[in-house]
Amino acid sequence: MAFIEARDLVKTYTPKGAPVVRALDGLDLDVAQGTVTALLGPNGAGKTTTVKVLTTLIQPDSGTATIDDVDVLRDPDRVRRMIGASGQYAAVDENLTGFENLMMVGKLYHLGAKVAKQRARELIEMFDLVDAANRPVKGFSGGMRRRIDLAGALVINPPVLFLDEPTTGLDPRSRLALWDIIESLVSGGTTVLLTTQYLEEADRLADAISVIDNGRVIAKGTADELKASVGGQRVAVTLVSERDAVPLRDIMSRFGAGAPVEGGGGRTWVVPVDNGPVALSAIVGAAAEQNIALHDAGMRRPTLDDVFLQLTGHAAEQADETEGEAA
Amino acid sequence: MSAELNATSASVAGAAGAAANRTGATAGGTASTLQPILGSPISRFFSDGWVTTWRNLMKIIRVPEILLFTMIQPIMFVLLFTYVFGAAIEIPGDGYESFLMAGIFAQTVVFGSTYSGSAMAQDLKDGIIDRFRTLPMSGAAVLVGRTNGDLAINALSMVVMMATGFLVGWRVNSSPLEFFAGVALLLLFAYAFSWVMAFLGMAVKSPEVINNASFLILFPLTFISNAFVPTEELPTPLRIFSEWNPVSALVQSARELFGNVPPGAIVGDAWTAQNPFATVLIGVAVMLLVFVPLSIRKFATLSR
Ligand SMILES: Nc1ncnc2c1ncn2[C@@H]1O[C@H](COP(=O)(O)OP(=O)(O)OP(=O)(O)O)[C@@H](O)[C@H]1O
Ligand SMILES: [Mg+2]
Repeated sequence: MAFIEARDLVKTYTPKGAPVVRALDGLDLDVAQGTVTALLGPNGAGKTTTVKVLTTLIQPDSGTATIDDVDVLRDPDRVRRMIGASGQYAAVDENLTGFENLMMVGKLYHLGAKVAKQRARELIEMFDLVDAANRPVKGFSGGMRRRIDLAGALVINPPVLFLDEPTTGLDPRSRLALWDIIESLVSGGTTVLLTTQYLEEADRLADAISVIDNGRVIAKGTADELKASVGGQRVAVTLVSERDAVPLRDIMSRFGAGAPVEGGGGRTWVVPVDNGPVALSAIVGAAAEQNIALHDAGMRRPTLDDVFLQLTGHAAEQADETEGEAA
Repeated sequence: MSAELNATSASVAGAAGAAANRTGATAGGTASTLQPILGSPISRFFSDGWVTTWRNLMKIIRVPEILLFTMIQPIMFVLLFTYVFGAAIEIPGDGYESFLMAGIFAQTVVFGSTYSGSAMAQDLKDGIIDRFRTLPMSGAAVLVGRTNGDLAINALSMVVMMATGFLVGWRVNSSPLEFFAGVALLLLFAYAFSWVMAFLGMAVKSPEVINNASFLILFPLTFISNAFVPTEELPTPLRIFSEWNPVSALVQSARELFGNVPPGAIVGDAWTAQNPFATVLIGVAVMLLVFVPLSIRKFATLSR
């Protein structure tokens, strides 16, 4: 049995006057002890809902979940003794200082005042918050709040760590520092489940990745396996102007081995190809004939972005639509 | 691993290792989980209750506006009622100041208890409840801490109101024991009402809605009572409402305990008006017996 195991989780929401939302729709998950698993998926995929079920915050409609053989749904108290969790939005007491927030968490883990205090100090140092530690959180920047919240998840040095988009809102230096902290924890035996929008983060940290969409796992494996699964080379072209997107897409689908997908910013398009150099020169040539101005064009190996776009590209649009309707 | 602490990312990781070492790591930098001091469930409940009470007291200290406004409102009411209505309302005996004070006390502490509602909704919104709920702590303790916070604010405003009342001529005409019993009864009623509000705050989930709703409910409840005027002369429907109103029973009890019942005051026929103490105690018991378990159950499934 995997260290963290979820089977067939279903969670539905029925917002007033709106159709039922299947936030989790038969989700399965296995996380091996001492590894990092990343949940990857577009907005509304069900990442936060999964984390909430596993951290005992919500009960699924059906399905099972265990952590180290402890039933998450039946025995939440035992689970709470071995997990640390940091949700998608920082959960800190605005009126307490950073130090007091961490002290409070330590006391609520029943570490005793002395250990709680010592641990709070260590975490303040670890998260580079020494200067801010004695000011109320109210005056903290978003990234500083986030770091206090993350530190809160580490108070007992838990064997299992859940981090929901831990680096969203952090500056590049804090992000790198957090990655180092996570890596050092994992080398010490901690098991981590994190969600992320940053593919680079999954690539760097995760031993295994589960791509989820519409409340279900649609692909899983290591970063390399996932990249290999979308196959061969790609050609990526960046336009000078977004207006040329339609003719460019026509050209790319003519010479590519699959459908072109938007690779970010509305100006970059990526298409899988069979023979890189031939396809690249054909696409660039055809673009020149039609007077399409190119900013950049080149070949590359598939990245996790390609995996993500290929697997969820279409579904991401659907998710956006349903979110729009709900709003 | 180096334990140097400057702002580079490498040394932050170093600090992680060093921290793990200091907190009882085994060889090779392997971090070990910090173990709780396992007391009895009861001692853990009290410890959690104290920590969450402390958190709510810190809020009172760090956001002085809360205290300021909870203090200013009763002072303003004492002064307004005494000097605006005092001249118009004829009360035999010690006069309107003495009649009024128990009413102001009751109204203020009941309003003070609504704070639990908006604070629970706000904590839910801020996610701090999600944090608490992933910790191996007692959920009931969070609610105890919250209602204790209200109790502290209410106790403080009682002191301020009594001082103001004394300055405008309010006098206690009873034994110290009766006086303290009166204060205790007011605070007890308000404490029980805090649990009702805490539940509503969790059910409604919006601090703004709960604030507006409590005004809508509490203004009639406190004004259509014997708090500010003798009820004999009210139009019949209002008089009946007032006689059955638990706030009236609270005010009547406090008035009796402070020795502020005007001579010759007429008591209504309703059972609640005839038995104010029993009414208050039954009210407190019902609120606690219903809303303590309901709130605890609600809390256990609560998430942002
Ligand atoms: N309390 C709720 N009430 C109604 N619908 C909800 C609720 N919580 C989540 N949902 C819906 O469930 C689906 C999954 O949400 P979830 O928060 O798990 O997505 P996510 O993958 O974390 O997205 P994001 O990347 O935006 O954080 C969404 O369609 C969302 O609208
Ligand atoms: Mg999310």
